[in-house]
Amino acid sequence: MSDLLRLATAGSVDDGKSTLVGRLLYDTKSVLADTLDAVHRASADRGLTTPDLSLLVDGLRSEREQGITIDVAYRYFATDKRSFVLADTPGHVQYTRNTVTGASTAQLAILLVDARKGVIEQTRRHAAVLALLGVPQLVLAVNKIDLVDFDETTFARISKEFTAHATALGYSPDAVVHIPVSALAGDNVVEHSANTPWYSGPTLLEHLESVPVEADPHDAVFRFPVQYVIRPRTPEHLDYRGYAGLVASGTVKVGDEVVVLPAGLRSTVEKIDTYDGPLDEAAAGQSVTLLLADDLDISRGDLIAAAGTPPQVTDEFDATLCWLSEKPLTPGARVLVKHGARTVQAIVTELRARFDEQRLASVDSPSSLGLNEIGRVAIRTAEPLPVDGYYSSRRTGAFLVIDAADGGTLAAGLVGAGLPVLDGVDSCTEGGSTAPLTDDHALVSPGP
Amino acid sequence: MPTPQTTLDRLESEAIHIFREVAGEFDRPVILFSGGKDSTLLVHLAIKAFWPAPVPFPLLHVDTGHNFDEVIEFRDQVVAQHGLRLEVAKVQDWIDDGRLEERPDGTRNPLQTVPLLDSITSHKYDAVFGGGRRDEERARAKERIFSLRNSFGQWEPRRQRPELWNLYNGRHRAGEHVRVFPLSNWTELDVWNYIEREGIELPSIYYSHQRDVYLRDGMWLTEGPWGGPRPEETVLHKTIRYRTVGDGSCTGAVESEASDIREVIAEVAASRLTERGATRADDRLSEAAMEDRKREGYF
Ligand SMILES: Nc1nc2c(ncn2[C@@H]2O[C@H](COP(=O)(O)OP(=O)(O)OP(=O)(O)O)[C@@H](O)[C@H]2O)c(=O)[nH]1
Ligand SMILES: [Mg+2]
Repeated sequence: MSDLLRLATAGSVDDGKSTLVGRLLYDTKSVLADTLDAVHRASADRGLTTPDLSLLVDGLRSEREQGITIDVAYRYFATDKRSFVLADTPGHVQYTRNTVTGASTAQLAILLVDARKGVIEQTRRHAAVLALLGVPQLVLAVNKIDLVDFDETTFARISKEFTAHATALGYSPDAVVHIPVSALAGDNVVEHSANTPWYSGPTLLEHLESVPVEADPHDAVFRFPVQYVIRPRTPEHLDYRGYAGLVASGTVKVGDEVVVLPAGLRSTVEKIDTYDGPLDEAAAGQSVTLLLADDLDISRGDLIAAAGTPPQVTDEFDATLCWLSEKPLTPGARVLVKHGARTVQAIVTELRARFDEQRLASVDSPSSLGLNEIGRVAIRTAEPLPVDGYYSSRRTGAFLVIDAADGGTLAAGLVGAGLPVLDGVDSCTEGGSTAPLTDDHALVSPGP
Repeated sequence: MPTPQTTLDRLESEAIHIFREVAGEFDRPVILFSGGKDSTLLVHLAIKAFWPAPVPFPLLHVDTGHNFDEVIEFRDQVVAQHGLRLEVAKVQDWIDDGRLEERPDGTRNPLQTVPLLDSITSHKYDAVFGGGRRDEERARAKERIFSLRNSFGQWEPRRQRPELWNLYNGRHRAGEHVRVFPLSNWTELDVWNYIEREGIELPSIYYSHQRDVYLRDGMWLTEGPWGGPRPEETVLHKTIRYRTVGDGSCTGAVESEASDIREVIAEVAASRLTERGATRADDRLSEAAMEDRKREGYF
């Protein structure tokens, strides 16, 4: 079992995410005395009789003034069983980009609902984002169960409604666990609650400690974006030429045949080097330096891949975007795409469909994609990119869409069809193409 | 099968990845280096990231003039040992020519911001590595690994870019720069465990020793160029060590018998106080002291 779980919270504003995170930290004794003192003092200043545990994570002045979360807070804690990296994200729709930030690296998300309100618009939006990003495990925490008198029927009704929604988004029932909790009072967070005798499942912490997390699958294909070429040119290392990077997926061994893309040059791995000495083998997540048997022209942005299972190299592909900017996306927009260690110019040639995350339907050929909207697009890049489908390789199937003018990040990009309902068209167009542009001069239109 | 990565392996690989991204994307990066444990760790990781080539960036120290001698000696020794380039921006120079004014309370910690920003501007640094960790303080817990600063060097917490997967966006406009925090996801205990694993040397004041100290605002301060005990403050001879190292006027010592790395790790693991809470007067000023300093352009 993995010793580390990365998790994020999600759910609508005021559903209790930060309080729940505070409760988890507090009940696992992960809060140190001076931090706790500060929370006690701040709570008393606000006239509260019990400490407001959300203050443990809402660390910005404006967050405390408004009583909402604006940006992700990262917290680290450990129990005997596991270490946790926890991202507490905001629920407010205006800050969905920060929720996407927290969820992009999560292996599990705790989606909260307020038991009095049930599944609402923002719950559905966040569920869609989590499904899109491929967060493998979900917990539906039905919070504020104290405010509905610990009512089993309410819990069952919300669970049932959410199960239907999650299934439609592609989650299998065993990837979603439902727990009735009170973040405020602590019921079923770390301790089993006497108030919910009808609930026999695990507490939230028990589940987090035992849920199997998907390590990188061992049969994943080898992918290595070259970040930097190491050429010391010192007397001891006159001819050293190493390609530095982080193994994005799969494993590589000395002697493996590899192909360097987009050029398509082949070679074999002669050495896997690190400061601590050479390795026979390196796996996903390791930063290493590769030396190849042949003298090739390789630079930052190239991808070294398993020769037998290379990704597709293309300058036209279908993708799904989660649009995170106030400036809407219109067809023909010129942007930058950062994929692996390469940033290229690109044009969003077509908006194929917009995902209606409320009705789980798709709208064909929308005129634009606005803030927080998810859409299927066609992209043409100035240089070919070696791309994998996002769901077969989360690292090499992901890219950023960047505003060339101010450098801002506009969208999270996923190669291929993001969600089952968007899966209408082939995911990649083979090879280079001369397809005419819809509008050569259109830019991302300025926001309102 | 390769052996599974431990927490420290993962953190190391992530930090090395960040260093290499910056080397690939920026023209003039610089590492902030004070000789403290976090910045010493940064330098160690930078050496590993580019080995066998030399570190492709210089170091910058904003020197308050209120340093512990042991730390400055150590700083210079690290620089010499690894053949690094060090730039020093002395707060004293800014005071001497009137660009800064000494504060009535004598602390120079807040005075570091101006020399830092001036140095960034005059050297045209576009990426500035800092040793900040998210577990240090709750405003830091909110910061991105690549954190954009506007042309006044300010952090705008409401306008942070999304940071997705491990794809870092280093784009910025002329005059803006990016602060980069490779140790974002490390905890204090991770830092100490890694220092032990790698056998990294630190200034001696991190380990227990005898020192004359006096109590102010609940912290053990020591006499130095930043001033000394006031008449009503009594000097005591104590066995102490430093958990953080900063400006001498506001960095407190902790009473400790931990004289080697193993003992320090045991002490940190059992501590019921955060490192800043135990040792830094600068964070006690208000609920948002760190956030306010960061907004002004502080580390
Ligand atoms: N009665 C009751 N109140 C709760 C519970 N959990 C949270 N609250 C209250 O709900 C309010 C909102 O809690 P937060 O934790 O700030 O909510 P949030 O989901 O983090 O909000 P955003 O981050 O702004 O989206 C606070 O007043 C909490 O005290 C609960 O289980 N029971
Ligand atoms: Mg919150």
